[in-house]
Amino acid sequence: MAMVELRQVRKVYDSGFEALKGVDLEIEKGEILALLGPNGAGKTTLISIVCGLVMPSSGSLMVGGHDVVGEYRAARSLIGLVPQEISLEPFEKVGNAVRLSRGLFGKPRNDALIEEILRRLSLWDKRDTPIRALSGGMKRRVLIAKALSHEPEVLFLDEPTAGVDVELRRDMWEIVADLKARGVTIILTTHYIEEAEAIADRIGVINQGEILLVEEKASLMKRLGRKELRIELAEPVTALPETLSDRSLRLEEEGRMLVYDYDTSAERTGLAKLMAELSAAGLSVRDVDTRKSTLEDIFVDLVKQQEGAA
Amino acid sequence: MSGMNWRGIWAIYQFEMMRFFRTLLQSFVSPVISTSLYFVVFGTAIGGRIDQVEGVSYGAFIVPGLIMLSVITQAISNASFGIYFPKFIGTIYELLSAPLNFLEIVIGYVGAAATKALFIGTVILLTASFFVEIQILHPLAMVAFLLLTCLSFALLGFILGLWAGNFEQLQLVPLLVVTPLVFLGGSFYSISMLPSAWQTVALFNPVVYLISGFRWAFFGIADVPVGLSLLAIAGFTLLCLGVIWWIFRTGWRLRS
Repeated sequence: MAMVELRQVRKVYDSGFEALKGVDLEIEKGEILALLGPNGAGKTTLISIVCGLVMPSSGSLMVGGHDVVGEYRAARSLIGLVPQEISLEPFEKVGNAVRLSRGLFGKPRNDALIEEILRRLSLWDKRDTPIRALSGGMKRRVLIAKALSHEPEVLFLDEPTAGVDVELRRDMWEIVADLKARGVTIILTTHYIEEAEAIADRIGVINQGEILLVEEKASLMKRLGRKELRIELAEPVTALPETLSDRSLRLEEEGRMLVYDYDTSAERTGLAKLMAELSAAGLSVRDVDTRKSTLEDIFVDLVKQQEGAA
Repeated sequence: MSGMNWRGIWAIYQFEMMRFFRTLLQSFVSPVISTSLYFVVFGTAIGGRIDQVEGVSYGAFIVPGLIMLSVITQAISNASFGIYFPKFIGTIYELLSAPLNFLEIVIGYVGAAATKALFIGTVILLTASFFVEIQILHPLAMVAFLLLTCLSFALLGFILGLWAGNFEQLQLVPLLVVTPLVFLGGSFYSISMLPSAWQTVALFNPVVYLISGFRWAFFGIADVPVGLSLLAIAGFTLLCLGVIWWIFRTGWRLRS
């Protein structure tokens, strides 16, 4: 049974804006899923619906086998949320704010656990400091501590590292790895491919309220890891020389441009050999340029496919 | 009711009370000072000329009205601010994502606001006892009126806090509706002192019934029959509960 299961989830806001258009998604227990997508893609709406902040217009959502709407108590007890915006009561002390979160979720007081969480997030020294006196990064740590205080089995991190320093980003990745080791299911949204690369098991891409793909990180990274070498020839050619025919080369721009696809993660890219072969074939090179396929390229491709299918 | 998230309710209640204790000095000192000022201005300056109202010294006569005035404003402002502030700064996300239903949220916030109002009412009563001799003929009725007032106006405040889209709206209703009604509700005078036409108008002011009943509990004198007063405050509490129930059913202003 999937830990989180969405079936045909739609959300139409009162304004008429359709934020989610029938999303299907399954996340297994202990898995880390990174949801990538441009601003306004529906990432936050998706998280908000699962966490009970926004009501779905239709479709079914289950967390731990409990319906998010009908059995909201059982479902929400399992869920921790670290929101995108830093929303904290400014005058409250760090320790009290974190204890409040545990209480709201109906869990009995557990000072040892709160201490462990605060220490883990380097907040223990700040436990009696009013939140307004903390830096932005520290406030984000408090948000994480609040979400962890009630021992969630499913943790949602909405853009957890937007605008945070390197140290917190590392800490966060470590914490995520720890939680995964304890069997916690984690869903995070991000703009950054590096982040997804660092911690996710699977990557989902969402755009305009639709999930365009959900794929194992390894295979997606392979696609993202592709690079293109573009070789501009001094003299255009009509065909590839015989000696180069076994290479995966393409001729573009009326024979002026040779394009070579290669995998940067491969042990041997064969670039040096290719250049030697070019010169042996008597082709003189005017310029070379490389292009890496980015997440954006993948988005563009996917969006094009999406439009083409419509 | 064993299915209720009592720990969650307690967490909200405690958190709200902590806000109150953080500013204990302000919460405690401000009603003491304002009550003392009312006594200086109304009790001494005006009271010196009025002497007695319906057999009660003017200084003592205004005590129930003064308590009601503060309790009503405090209950409304505490409850409305209590739920508006999380909406304003965004911490409401946590309340909505917690395994809490609307009723539990209401009990936590309204309970805390009513407690604060009750505390302030008690402080005013004690302060007043330093200035004038106070008799309470019907202590049980006095407590009942006080509790119902704290509760019903905290409910009203909660509804206001949910409704308000900005700080101006948050203060608009208390300023334009509640304060005038309370001041014109006979806090400082008996309705019988008004010209007869205005007496009829005054009977349309719900606060008149409250203050009249509360004053009856102290001195046994009332502008309107005490049964009517009880009925009015009970009716008002029910009305607020009804609105809260409707909000609960529809999720109004909480979840999009």
